[in-house]
Amino acid sequence: MMEQRLWHERQGAPPNLADILERVLDKGLIIAGDIKINLLDIELLTIKLRLLVASVDKAKEMGIDWWEYDPALSHQRSRQLTTGKARLRQRVGALETATRQARR
Amino acid sequence: MSAASYTYAVARPFDPTRAAGLVGVDGATIHLVRHQDLVAVVSPLAPADADETALRARLETLAELEAIARTHHRVVAAVAACTPTLPFRLATVHRSDDRVAQLLRREYRRFRETLDRLAGSVEVGVKIYVQHAGASAGTMSVAEKPGGSGSARVGRDYLRYRREQRDRRQHAWRRATSAAEQMDAVLAGLAIDRRQHRTQSAELSAAPGENVFNAAYLVDAGRADELAARARRLGAENPHVTIEVTGPWPPYSFTGSEHGEPT
Repeated sequence: MMEQRLWHERQGAPPNLADILERVLDKGLIIAGDIKINLLDIELLTIKLRLLVASVDKAKEMGIDWWEYDPALSHQRSRQLTTGKARLRQRVGALETATRQARR
Repeated sequence: MSAASYTYAVARPFDPTRAAGLVGVDGATIHLVRHQDLVAVVSPLAPADADETALRARLETLAELEAIARTHHRVVAAVAACTPTLPFRLATVHRSDDRVAQLLRREYRRFRETLDRLAGSVEVGVKIYVQHAGASAGTMSVAEKPGGSGSARVGRDYLRYRREQRDRRQHAWRRATSAAEQMDAVLAGLAIDRRQHRTQSAELSAAPGENVFNAAYLVDAGRADELAARARRLGAENPHVTIEVTGPWPPYSFTGSEHGEPT
């Protein structure tokens, strides 16, 4: 039985998110569960996240908020882009049909 | 459709009252799936969240990723505080507790061996930073330089200034990496094992300077304080670097799957 308490429990200070992500995303035993997530993608994402994990608020104060516009980092934005692309595809399709009909 | 099973770790059986009140992802209660002398630490995940797309979307949102990662770590740390524990990677999800039990049966030997190897050990994180003096002073005000009348001259001065600045940074970086190598050798001598991590980008962090070295050391839990104190002393003795010690952590970096394939 390990009686040693973990330091951050003793101190009550939560560890830095970058240090946690480094361990729970990059380390830890890899088990192929029933639900397969592409961890490599998540890790790439984490590299980007590492840039900002320490202080998102501080970054925002500095006017740095690119992640809110980066599709890889913003799911909401990503969805917007996807619907945007779908709309464009529909529009291109409609125009192509119209052109073909006009030629006949 | 019933709930899926989010698995945090495999551990040696322990007094379940020690885990009483332990809360997992989405506030779900933790329970144990047992097979012989192994337990998997599990919490139910709502069916709606238990598919690839839903889980992935959550992990790609910073706030959600942070919440899940912190919860995952909190559960692993709480279990590791009372029994030998083998942490799993984030978002290890099975369809049911039966599937988790199958995993324990299938990988029994490997889990037992790794737990034996890691029993009583913790990891201590050590990060070494270099300060870049004057790096934040900004660009040289070219117009204020004496003799900067011709534009060619101004350009030349500016390039020289940039070159000198770059050389200073490289010099500081090399000095810090070589100091880090020496410190690493001392600390590795106190540890059972070590793993080097990627250096962390400190561009937006409150970290003191540029991270030149980042590693984890596996030690007996009773010697974690000693290694941490030694690391801090090494840092204090060297004016060119700053050292940051974290942990002790459950032995995340030493689960042995670093180069291995998923099971």
